[in-house]
Amino acid sequence: MSRARITAIIVVLLCATPSVAHAHLVNSGLGPFYDGALHLLLSPGDLLGLAAAALLAGLRGARASRLTVMVLPAAWLLAGAIGLNLPAAADPTWLGVLSFVVLGVLVAVDLNLVPGAVATLAGVFGAVHGLFNGSALAAIGAGPVSLVGIVVTALMVVLLVSASIVPLQAAWTRVAVRVAGSWVAAVGLLMLGWLWKGGA
Amino acid sequence: MLRFVRRPSRTAPRAAAVVIALLWPLAAWAHVQAGEAGGFLSGLSHPVSGLDHVMAMVAVGLWGAQLGMPAVWVLPVAFPLMMAIGGMLGLIGLPLPGVETGIAVSALVLGALVLGQIRLPLAAAVAVVAFFAVFHGHAHGTELQPGQNAMLYSLGFVVMTGTLHAVGIGIGLMHRWDFGRVILRGAGALVLAGGLYFLWGALA
Repeated sequence: MSRARITAIIVVLLCATPSVAHAHLVNSGLGPFYDGALHLLLSPGDLLGLAAAALLAGLRGARASRLTVMVLPAAWLLAGAIGLNLPAAADPTWLGVLSFVVLGVLVAVDLNLVPGAVATLAGVFGAVHGLFNGSALAAIGAGPVSLVGIVVTALMVVLLVSASIVPLQAAWTRVAVRVAGSWVAAVGLLMLGWLWKGGA
Repeated sequence: MLRFVRRPSRTAPRAAAVVIALLWPLAAWAHVQAGEAGGFLSGLSHPVSGLDHVMAMVAVGLWGAQLGMPAVWVLPVAFPLMMAIGGMLGLIGLPLPGVETGIAVSALVLGALVLGQIRLPLAAAVAVVAFFAVFHGHAHGTELQPGQNAMLYSLGFVVMTGTLHAVGIGIGLMHRWDFGRVILRGAGALVLAGGLYFLWGALA
């Protein structure tokens, strides 16, 4: 066998050698805090759920929004801190999707929940996501600073969205919020189908 | 005396080194962004890729505008939700017979309702729209390209569906004027004719 042919075979073998896949946070280049913040901003599932929780709180008024802004990030942080010390959980995507389907439906039907109930729902949502975030962060070697980045970003999203909704008075603006809720629920329903199929 | 000796060519090893350097597979850094832009754009473009869909979804908005409050927003809320349920049924493998026929009939019926300015009770109007939305979702909510993000595909699909309804509602706002009502009925006739054409195609 000629030397050129041997060289070609070696080249092909080297190029075809598989390497290990490393799951990691998005690298912002600004350190773990911003890596965590960017992770949340680039996770559409988490963002849709946060938006739905904020829309629900905003529709139910200032008191519900204030409670939600306090409870949701606090629950996310506490559950995340617990999750950091837990082994990696099984794929929890379906639970996250289910949570924003429920929140989206509640926004769409504009259910007249008391502020405490809205905050409780938001707290459960935050706790579920925090727990899985924490355990996923631990699995990839990211620490509590990334978790804090995620939680602060979640706080900002909920604060800004709910504060934008509370002052809305015109009927059509509330209708627009309810339509947005129905879209969130519709996306979630389709996602549940994808998860069932295994294509997501 | 200077002698030139022919040395072994170094071109081949150098070329091999360059090829190795260029093609060496780096570690695959798995992350969540792969295919996301493609997934969203694919979802956005899908509802507008078929004229039968476009006509039916715009007709929902037109009919809602004719019916006025609260149908004008209840119908566009019901349609995406039921469409998503139709898509979910397709994804979990539940067959729905006559999907293409159902889509064509949806354009036909909705066109007829707009043409006739037919006013149904809200619950009946929602039932009509929801029934046809299942066919649309079953047919087109499930076509994800490999490697694309299902979440963003779904988001794009739902957003574009809602946008088409909004276009219908926007056009339907001319209902407040006499000439606008005539134009809307003309648009209904157009949708009805399209429905007949698509039905012909589905049954042929």
